[in-house]
Amino acid sequence: MSHNSESLLPSAAVAPPTAAPRRKRSLQQRRARAAWVLVAPALILLFAVAGWPLIRTLFYSFTDAAMDTPEEYNFVGLANYLDFAEGDSFGVLADPLWWQAVGNTLWFTACSVSLELFFGMLLALLMNEKFRGQGIVRAAILVPWAIPTIVTAKMWGWMFHDQYGVVNDLLLRFALIETPLAWIAEPTLSMWAVVIADVWKTVPFMALMLLAALQMIPSDLYEAARVDGANAWQRFRRITLPLIMPAMIVALIFRVMDALRVFDLIYVLTSNSEATISISGYAREQMVSFQEMGVGSAASVLVFMMVAGIAACFLWINRFSHEGKEARE
Amino acid sequence: MKLTRQQRVLGRKFWIYLAALIVSVICVFPFYNAILTSLRTGQDLFLTNYLPTTFHWENYVNALGENGVGRSLLNSFVVATVTVGICLLVSITAAFALARVRFRGRKYILFTILCVSMFPQVAVLSGMFELVRFMGLYDSIGSLILSYTTFSLPFTVWVLTTFMRSLPVELEEAAIVDGASLWVIITKVFAPIMGPSLVTTGLLAFIGAWNEFMFALTFIISNDNRTVPVAIGMLQGASQYELPWGHIMAASVVVTIPIIALVLIFQKRIVSGLTAGAVKG
Repeated sequence: MSHNSESLLPSAAVAPPTAAPRRKRSLQQRRARAAWVLVAPALILLFAVAGWPLIRTLFYSFTDAAMDTPEEYNFVGLANYLDFAEGDSFGVLADPLWWQAVGNTLWFTACSVSLELFFGMLLALLMNEKFRGQGIVRAAILVPWAIPTIVTAKMWGWMFHDQYGVVNDLLLRFALIETPLAWIAEPTLSMWAVVIADVWKTVPFMALMLLAALQMIPSDLYEAARVDGANAWQRFRRITLPLIMPAMIVALIFRVMDALRVFDLIYVLTSNSEATISISGYAREQMVSFQEMGVGSAASVLVFMMVAGIAACFLWINRFSHEGKEARE
Repeated sequence: MKLTRQQRVLGRKFWIYLAALIVSVICVFPFYNAILTSLRTGQDLFLTNYLPTTFHWENYVNALGENGVGRSLLNSFVVATVTVGICLLVSITAAFALARVRFRGRKYILFTILCVSMFPQVAVLSGMFELVRFMGLYDSIGSLILSYTTFSLPFTVWVLTTFMRSLPVELEEAAIVDGASLWVIITKVFAPIMGPSLVTTGLLAFIGAWNEFMFALTFIISNDNRTVPVAIGMLQGASQYELPWGHIMAASVVVTIPIIALVLIFQKRIVSGLTAGAVKG
């Protein structure tokens, strides 16, 4: 508290000009010190609820602890990750289901994020137009965003129902299919069911991000391009896209990070089936369903490393392209 | 055939309205379908119909009472409110320092906070489980307040920091000239005008906590302490193949209506909060 209550001298502002620089620096220094005090509670709390559990997860990944008795454990080295015994391999990295989960998660992320980007862009361009009833559209697109993920999963689970579901009914009515599809039970379709539900829920977020960026583009740029005879596609390609690129990349990173940790949608919509299980779902299954805290922690650490690795790649590419741009200018 | 200018404008208008209509229908239809289903019972459930046919409110009574969703609603409300309260309290001073004061390490702190807000929940699951057990919070809503702070806190700090940054410098300068201490600046100058930002940030964090599933599924085992998402996820019928869709949809509608109402009331703020967190960051 002593730092907080320290009052800043009013003379700093009214002091004669010659004394000003010195005073100013000490004011800055004092503010800097106080800043640490102000940030400290948040940092300490954050360490307690995020840093510490992360360290403990890493610790447990080297042990054979069970979920019901986490106090009793033996160190097993890297055996939870990969182990060879009697010509056979064990551990998470030797489990075909883990690699299935990795494949599922990457496929899910790639599909849903690219579809979201595409539809989100279309939606943002639509909302950037002026038309009557704009408020209604804006309100409508917030509905999917506001609905809890679990509810989304249940709603779409019901709509994808093979016999009574609305999706099959509509497809049959428009004669796009001849027999009802088993959206949830069929392994190849169930992943699409998950992607469709996710895209429905998250396109609004993407659209709002892109819209915010679109609205910052000065309109005289478009007028100038129109005078020069640029058509709609050229205007989009040469003006819109480059100008919203930074915001688009940020939105993409957010969405990719979010998609990589997908769990609840898949857990509820397809009951964590092998065809759709995600890496988060796999880690949790090891930990809770099989009570294997050690193996589950190892899988969690791998999830963390994978997500962190992809994030680092993004940052690196982003930085690289920034540097490239600066070099060209 | 060459179209006149007027025809072109009209054509363009037509496509815009058509697109707007399609978008609105796609966005709202699944929820509309859920409401329809929630009002049906028995055989009606299995006749696909796009207009309301019957109005059975039993599903709602059943979902709220017998299935314990009413109780879960209360749990969810308490957990989300307490979590958001704690996070806002801690992050308002941190956000001030991070947005307004230049000091060494500020960039690293901001970067760390951003990273934490993005990391997968499952990465802290077993460590958090140990912490929860150690604190004797297993199977109580306290465990959720503790674990939700993991993702709520970095979020509130981040969004509040971007909001604080957008406030004019003159405010602070005037206060410094008047001899106000840092503490006075925060409590007397910033806190009052931060009201709207606090509401926005709190609302977004509240929705995040309201919707959380993994921690709630793992740390709570008794029915009485469940939060809404888990209660809905766990609704089962007589057998695995006979899900009580009417009850599930009624419960889904009940838990979604408050959130949709909040979002539509605070529409502008929510949109600005969402984009402030990302675009300017």
